[in-house]
Amino acid sequence: MGVSNIRVPDVGEGVAEVELVEWHVKPGDTVKEDDVLAAVMTDKATVEIPSLYTGTIVSLGAEIGETVAVGATLVTIEHGGEGGDVTAEIEVEPEQDTPAETAKPATASKPVPNPAVAAPASGSARAPRAEGVAPLASPAVRARARNAGIDLRQVAGSGPAGRITQGDLDAVFAAGPGGASTGGGKRQGSEDIRIIGLRRKIADRMALANSRIPHITVIEEIDVTALEDLRATMNQTRGDKPKLTMLPFVSATLCRALLTHPEMNAHFDDDAGVVTRHNPVHIGVATMTEGGLVVPVLRHAEALGPFATASEIARLAEAARTGKAKRDELSGSTITITSLGPLGALATTPIINHPEVAILGINKMAVRPMWDGQQFVPRKMMNISASFDHRVIDGWDAASFVALVKRLLENPAMIFMEVEA
Amino acid sequence: MKHESCKILIIGAGPGGYVCAIRAGQLGLDTIVVEEARAGGTCLNIGCIPSKALIHAAEEFHVAAHLAAGNDLGITTTAPAIDLRQTVAWKDGIVKRLTGGVGTLLKKARVRSIAGRAQIVDGKTVDVETADGPLRITTENLVIATGSHPQTIPALPFGGDILSSTEALSLDAVPARLAVVGGGYIGLEIGTAMAKLGAQVTVVEAAGRILPQYDAELTRPVMQRLEALGVTVLCNARAEGFETGHLVVATDDGPQKIAADKVLVTVGRAPVTQGFGLEDLGLTMTGRHLDVDDRCRTSMHGVYAIGDVTGDPMLAHRAMAQGTLVAEAVAGYRTNWDKRAIPAVCFTDPEIVTVGLLPEETPDSAVAMFPFAGNGRAMTLGRDDGFVRVVYDADTELVLGIQAVGAGVSELAGEFALALEMAATLTDIADTVHAHPTLGETVQEVAMKGLGRALHI
Repeated sequence: MGVSNIRVPDVGEGVAEVELVEWHVKPGDTVKEDDVLAAVMTDKATVEIPSLYTGTIVSLGAEIGETVAVGATLVTIEHGGEGGDVTAEIEVEPEQDTPAETAKPATASKPVPNPAVAAPASGSARAPRAEGVAPLASPAVRARARNAGIDLRQVAGSGPAGRITQGDLDAVFAAGPGGASTGGGKRQGSEDIRIIGLRRKIADRMALANSRIPHITVIEEIDVTALEDLRATMNQTRGDKPKLTMLPFVSATLCRALLTHPEMNAHFDDDAGVVTRHNPVHIGVATMTEGGLVVPVLRHAEALGPFATASEIARLAEAARTGKAKRDELSGSTITITSLGPLGALATTPIINHPEVAILGINKMAVRPMWDGQQFVPRKMMNISASFDHRVIDGWDAASFVALVKRLLENPAMIFMEVEA
Repeated sequence: MKHESCKILIIGAGPGGYVCAIRAGQLGLDTIVVEEARAGGTCLNIGCIPSKALIHAAEEFHVAAHLAAGNDLGITTTAPAIDLRQTVAWKDGIVKRLTGGVGTLLKKARVRSIAGRAQIVDGKTVDVETADGPLRITTENLVIATGSHPQTIPALPFGGDILSSTEALSLDAVPARLAVVGGGYIGLEIGTAMAKLGAQVTVVEAAGRILPQYDAELTRPVMQRLEALGVTVLCNARAEGFETGHLVVATDDGPQKIAADKVLVTVGRAPVTQGFGLEDLGLTMTGRHLDVDDRCRTSMHGVYAIGDVTGDPMLAHRAMAQGTLVAEAVAGYRTNWDKRAIPAVCFTDPEIVTVGLLPEETPDSAVAMFPFAGNGRAMTLGRDDGFVRVVYDADTELVLGIQAVGAGVSELAGEFALALEMAATLTDIADTVHAHPTLGETVQEVAMKGLGRALHI
C-alpha cells in the first residue's frame, strides 16, 4: 500500500498554470486507473486529468477556481503499488484528438455554492441552531457536510431530537444554493457564484477587448430580400447538401469585401505597435454553448463555397456545443461574425475579438414595410452591427466597409462574381 | 552539522506524536519524529499500559488469595505468593513489544524516527543531539507533542522512598506500607493494585473525597471496595513531609503521622513546555499549557500542539485523535476538532467510565440508573456492585452523558462514546438488541428505564 501525489501535467504550448474547473473525485473516493480525477482549463480548452492508479483519494490539492501551477500536486492517492515519496507525473498529450483534451464548457458553468449561504431544507422539524450550539449529527454526516463546506448549524434535522440525517443533507444538496422556494414571503440572502473556467476566460477576454480597444460601431440596415430568394432557391435544389442559413452568405460577403478592405482582416499588436494583415480569412463564428460563448474558427473561409461553409460551420458549432472542439479549432481567427439568431434584436454593440480589429454582428431579420419611392412594399430587412478598432480603423473606412457589405448582401450575385466589387 | 528537511516534524513519539507521524506518513507527507526516550511516551512506557499490567497481575493475585480462603465457588487452592520482580519483568516485556511495534509501524509509514533530544531553534528549525552528532532539521510544519510529567510537591521531592508513578510501576517488592498522596485516578489505580498485592495502603487526599472530578454517587462503590480491601482513605488531609517511616499529614483534627515504607505522590501531571526552546517561540499559553484552536494550531503559523501539552483532559486517546487531525490538516484535509465525546476511564476497582455530561453539569436534564445487581452476567462474575447511568434530555430523549461504575465497565466505554458521537436517543439504545448474557445489557436496560419500560428491575 503506497501513497502517491498526482501532479498537474504539462498540457503543452508552454502553459505554466491551469485553472481547476471541476473535481470528479473527493477524499475517500475509490478510483480506478484512468478514471477522470479533475478538469483543468488551459487557455482555450478544458483538459481532463486521469488517475494513474487504482486506489483511494486521500486529499485534493486545490479548490475549484484556483489557478494551479504545472507540477503542483493535484491529488494525493493511496494505492496498492509503491508509494511514499513516489511522485507521479502524468503526460497528457497536447495532440488535438486525444480524448483527454476536450472542451467541457458545460461543466465549467456550474455555479459553485458559497458555503456560507447553504440553505436549510424546507419542511424543517427544527429551527437552525444558534452560534456555539453543536448540531446533532453522526460523525459521517458531519464529515460529509464539512467536505461540502456546509455549516450544519444552518441545517435543520428531521431525526429524533432534531438529529441531522443523511437525508436532511441530501435535501440541502438537492435544494442547491438558495434552497427550495417557500413562496410568497420576502426572500432573504444572496448567492455568490464564482466566475470560473470558461466564463472567467470570457470575462477576461471581454474586459481586455473593451478596456483596450476603443470601439466604433456602425449599424446599417440591409434589404436581404434578394439574398433570401437566392438562399431559398439554392436550398430547394441542394439535394443532399446541407441546408444553407444566412451565415455562409455573410461569410462569403466578408471574404469578398475584405479583398477591398484588407485592413479589416488583421490583428493589432498594440504592445508592439504592429498591425498584421492576414491573407487567409479565418472567420471566428461566435457560438453560444451551455457553458458560455465560444468562438470556433472557420478556416480559409475564402476558399470555401456556400455549401462547404455551411457544412463546416455546422460541424464546428456541434463540436463547440458538445465540448469536443479542438484547440486549433478555437483559436487563430482573423475576423469574427457574431449572431444572436432569432433573438438578434434591432442592433447590438459587438465586442471585438482581441487582437482582431473588426467584428460583424448580424441582427434579426424581419419583414418590414419599405418605401420604394411610390409605395410601401414588404421587404425582408436585416440590420448589421459592425464594430471596429478605432485606433487603427477610421470611421470613414469603417462606414465604407459596411456600405460595401450592404451592397454585396443586397445584390448577392456580386458576392460570387469575379468583377471588382 | 548535518541537515535534514521535512514537511512535518513531530517532537515526541507518545500516543499523540506517533499517531500523528503514522497518519502523516500514510498521507504521503515527508515526516520526521524526534524522541529522546523510547517510542510510546508516557502511555506505553510508564502510564496506561504498565499500570494496567500491574493492575491485572494484582487482581489475579487477589483472586487467588480470595480462592485460598473460604469461597462460594467451591474452589480450594493454597495461598499465593508473588515475585514482583518477575511481574515487573513480564510488564516490561509487554511494554517492549508495544514500543517495538510502534517503531515498526512508523517504519511502515515511511516516517523517519530520530532518537535524540530536540531543541527548537525557531518555528521552522529544530536541532537534535543524536548519537551520531548534532543534526539540524528544517520543517514546514512543527508539531509539539511533548506530553506531561508527574507533578511534584515541594514537601515531597521525588527520590528515595518518595515515588512517582513511574517508579511505583517498577518496584522490586511490594512495600509493606504504602502511603499514596493524591486520591485521583492514578493514585487510586496503583494504590488499589498494591493493596491487592498485600500492601497496607493509606490514601491522602486534600479534597473532601476521592476522585473529586466525579460525583459521589459514582465514587461510592469505589470507596466501598477500598474499604473492603483494607485501604485507609484520609480526606481533607494535606501531606507535609516525610520522615523515615512516616508521612506527616495535616488534617482538620491536627497533624497525623502515617506509617509508610514508600510514599507514592500522584498529585497530577504538568505539561512539558520547558527545556527544549519552546519558551523562545512566545506561543500563547492558557495557564501552563499551550493554547490551540480547533485545528490544534498554536499562535504561530505552521506550529501545532497535541496531547497533554495542550491541557486537559490529559488522555492518550484524545492525543491520538489530535495527532490524526493535525496530520490530515497538514495534508490539506478540511478538518477540525468537532468531537462530541471523549470517554474517560478510571481503572480503579470497580472501574469508572464517563462520557459526556454528568448530572450536575446539566441540572435540567433527566437521569436514569440501572444497577448491575439486576444483570445476570455481573452476578456470574461475582461482581454485581455498581451501575450504569444515563443523563438525557427529557423532552427529546437525546442522550447527553453516560456513566458507569462496575467491574469490567471500561470495555463499555466504546458503546458510550459511540452513542454520544452519533447523537443517539434513549430509543436508539433501547431498541438496539444487546447480547445476553453480557454486562452491556445494562446499557439497554438503563435506556429502557429512562423510557419507563425497564424489564429487569
